[in-house]
Amino acid sequence: MTAIGTDTIEGFGSTDETARSWLRIALAVALLAGLAAVPLVANDYWLNAVLIPFLIMSLTALGLNLLMGYAGQASLGSGGFMAVGAYATYNILLRLPELPLPVNLLLGGVISGLVGVIAGLPSLRIKGFYLVASTLAAQFVLEWLFNQYGWFSNYSTSSSISAPRLAILGHDLSSPTGRYLLTLATVAIVTVVAIRLVRSQTGRTWMAIRDMDTAASVIGIPVAAGKLKAFFVSSLVIGIAGALWAFAYLGTVDARSFNLDRSFQVMFAIIIGGMGSISGNYVGAAFMILLPILLDHVGGAVFGGAIDPGQLENLQKALFGALIVWFLIKEPRGLAALLSRAWTQLASRFER
Amino acid sequence: MSFFVETFIGGLLAGVMYSLVAIGFVLIYKASGVFNFAQGSMVLCAGLTFVTMRDRGIDFWLAGLITLTIMVAIAIAVERVVLRPLVNRPQITLFMATLGLSFVIEGIAQIAMGASVHELDLGIVDTPITVGEVQVSQFDLVAAATAGVLVIALSIFFNWTRVGIALRAIADDPLAARSIGIRLQTLWQIVWGVAGFVSLVAGLLWGARQGVQFALTLVVLKALPVLIIGGFTSITGAIVGGLIVGASDSLAEIYLGSLLGGSVSTWFSYVLAVGFLLVRPTGLFGDAPIERI
Amino acid sequence: MAEPILQLRDVSLSFKGIKALNALSFDVERGEICALIGPNGAGKSSLLNIINGVYRADSGSVSFDGERFVRIRPARAAHLGIGRTFQHNALFRHLSVLDNVLAGLIRHSRTTLIEHAFGLGRDRSETRAFGRRADEIIGFLDLARHRDRVVSTLPYGVQKRVDLARALVGRPSLLLLDEPMAGMNQDEKREMSSFVLEANRSFRTTVVLIEHDMSVVMGLSHHVVVLDYGRKVGDGTPEEVRRNPDVIAAYLGTVH
Ligand SMILES: Nc1ncnc2c1ncn2[C@@H]1O[C@H](COP(=O)(O)OP(=O)(O)O)[C@@H](O)[C@H]1O
Ligand SMILES: [Mg+2]
Repeated sequence: MTAIGTDTIEGFGSTDETARSWLRIALAVALLAGLAAVPLVANDYWLNAVLIPFLIMSLTALGLNLLMGYAGQASLGSGGFMAVGAYATYNILLRLPELPLPVNLLLGGVISGLVGVIAGLPSLRIKGFYLVASTLAAQFVLEWLFNQYGWFSNYSTSSSISAPRLAILGHDLSSPTGRYLLTLATVAIVTVVAIRLVRSQTGRTWMAIRDMDTAASVIGIPVAAGKLKAFFVSSLVIGIAGALWAFAYLGTVDARSFNLDRSFQVMFAIIIGGMGSISGNYVGAAFMILLPILLDHVGGAVFGGAIDPGQLENLQKALFGALIVWFLIKEPRGLAALLSRAWTQLASRFER
Repeated sequence: MSFFVETFIGGLLAGVMYSLVAIGFVLIYKASGVFNFAQGSMVLCAGLTFVTMRDRGIDFWLAGLITLTIMVAIAIAVERVVLRPLVNRPQITLFMATLGLSFVIEGIAQIAMGASVHELDLGIVDTPITVGEVQVSQFDLVAAATAGVLVIALSIFFNWTRVGIALRAIADDPLAARSIGIRLQTLWQIVWGVAGFVSLVAGLLWGARQGVQFALTLVVLKALPVLIIGGFTSITGAIVGGLIVGASDSLAEIYLGSLLGGSVSTWFSYVLAVGFLLVRPTGLFGDAPIERI
Repeated sequence: MAEPILQLRDVSLSFKGIKALNALSFDVERGEICALIGPNGAGKSSLLNIINGVYRADSGSVSFDGERFVRIRPARAAHLGIGRTFQHNALFRHLSVLDNVLAGLIRHSRTTLIEHAFGLGRDRSETRAFGRRADEIIGFLDLARHRDRVVSTLPYGVQKRVDLARALVGRPSLLLLDEPMAGMNQDEKREMSSFVLEANRSFRTTVVLIEHDMSVVMGLSHHVVVLDYGRKVGDGTPEEVRRNPDVIAAYLGTVH
């Protein structure tokens, strides 16, 4: 697995490093402020159907990217870990209602992280595609578990359960704006921590394992521990994302929304966005969430009832697949590399 | 006891059909290093094309021939349009590309031929045969025999012909094939063409068994554990793996399923496969890449 | 005389029936530069791989710093102070020179995941200290110009130096160098030789070095061991080895 965009994206290696990194921080703050102000202008449709799922998908992609893009361990278990996060958080909300919501989300994430460590154990012996296939075992077992045993969904009779009310310090967060801000805050915090982490000793350990694991172990890098930590952190982030998906987006906890297709979707997001790049997660998530919506609207506008909806869906599916293949061919290092090139040009112009 | 034997044999027979799909994977994997997820949609596409033509009253053999032509054409097109530009890319990117491709094939096949379930009658009688106390489905027997013959034919083809030798050579060294006098691209096209043919047979057998419908694509998810157990690079592995998965799956469904109170067929073979991997990290017959430092 | 830092006793290794090493025994004295020579396929790299645990010997034993083992894990070997560079490029190709060198310090790290995530506790001071040590080695090996470049974009000779820097930064007591000068021109070889010599002198690092260029070997090493088909055919000072008829027959006579 070597389609890594780290070099172009994370470091410019120029003498104006500090000036640029200030510029970047300033931009990030401005962007965050802008995003926080979005509910003032956007209507509920945009929040509910576009922005919230986009942000959560970005978070999921970030989680998988830490594991796959940074530590080089590919996984198709993301859907399963999202489910663990969602069900864990649901059960904590249910059984320990006095805990504050952030603590609750974090605990749900930690539980998902621990499950991730177990699912990651085969990585100590298996590599490459065999490992991908073995993460599918985790995906299918987890999916089955939540469907099979009623305890997880508090013996609710319907197959999906509605999420409890969301609140922080007595503020109700169940409005679209509230759910959006909760999601945005979570994504912002996790992103900052993730950036710190990948630039730290831990991130270096991961990337060393990714690039050449034999050499890593020969120079004394703890390879096994590094891999398991990557599984832990990754599943923790994905677990939090899963909880948000259930509570802030769908409003229900349903194992079916965390199936293999979800895992594929997340993996597409990071490969199209850019492996080994933080910003790639947002670009890739935007692609995966927005493109189907776009195709839907375009299809509706062009054919507008002229052909039957089933056919339209098939057409969209084929088009979506073709676009994915096209982007994979055209942009080997992901869309983030493309944006990064544009950004470097912009920044150098800005400095002159 | 006879129930056990019946389950076991039924499983083995289903296993041969898994092997058939798995062999399609192995061929492509050996030739171009791609884990071709679109194999499932190719099976669906073959089944749909065939059944659509039969519904229009086209003769059995003619329909087969036309479908075969279409499958080979698709396979060759895929090799040209998708895989060639992606050569030297990481495996996972290739895999995801074939996943994207499967959306395209499924979408188009269903636009052209509809998404409803089609009955497919191959004229195989389906009355159970009784041997001693054990009942065996005649259809499964015929299907397994067909698959078995094909599997053997393919192993012979790839073990004894020039193409086969070239195939083995390029698994070690992409340039080696040239010394045998076959262009790499030609080889890829042959292999993809054969994979198209294999999906036709698989599409017919599976389609006759459970109806031609979207669920046919899911057969890839059954072939995957077969491949892990057997190893991605071994035809023998695909056969043995198929039998193991087929038999253990149907036994687990009966005995473990009743223990856990639900169907275990979605995950059992995967967990089994991981168990095998922990002992043999590249499958039973797969060769481990030699890493020299 | 002090005990040798490295003692090999009857080490054998085979791959699928092919004997790569055949009952090999020799000592490396503390502080020396020992050259390991022999034709391609003689088993030199395999020997280094046994010493730091990448391969496991079929029989025989290795003693390092008084500790005897048959099998050692690579990470443990590193912790004991065995450093290593590689014949085939084994750098972390997407990382910068600095990050590659810093990776060589990870085994000395005392900080945890939580500290890294939140920049707490000793993380900052450790990051600073590691940065200083890495920059020191980068300066020592004249890599400062390339410090922030991604290694896969650098010329081959420079990559070899980065490999050396990554091994040296952890201050190993024994340094195993697998053909550090292969593919270099005379100037680059001279430069590399002086780095090896410097490392040996100023850090008092014992060096085991695989090299084909006899002029480099003769000029650099205190001790030469000659392998041929997995067997030792010569062992002594450069002068002794040069005069040994078996060695001449097995190695020096053939062109490489
Ligand atoms: N990982 C391996 N798998 C199989 N054979 C190997 C492996 N490593 C080395 N060999 C074999 O062992 C012998 C010695 O190789 P090596 O130690 O690389 O020699 P040298 O470094 O002296 O050129 C050769 O015949 C080589 O083919
Ligand atoms: Mg060698």
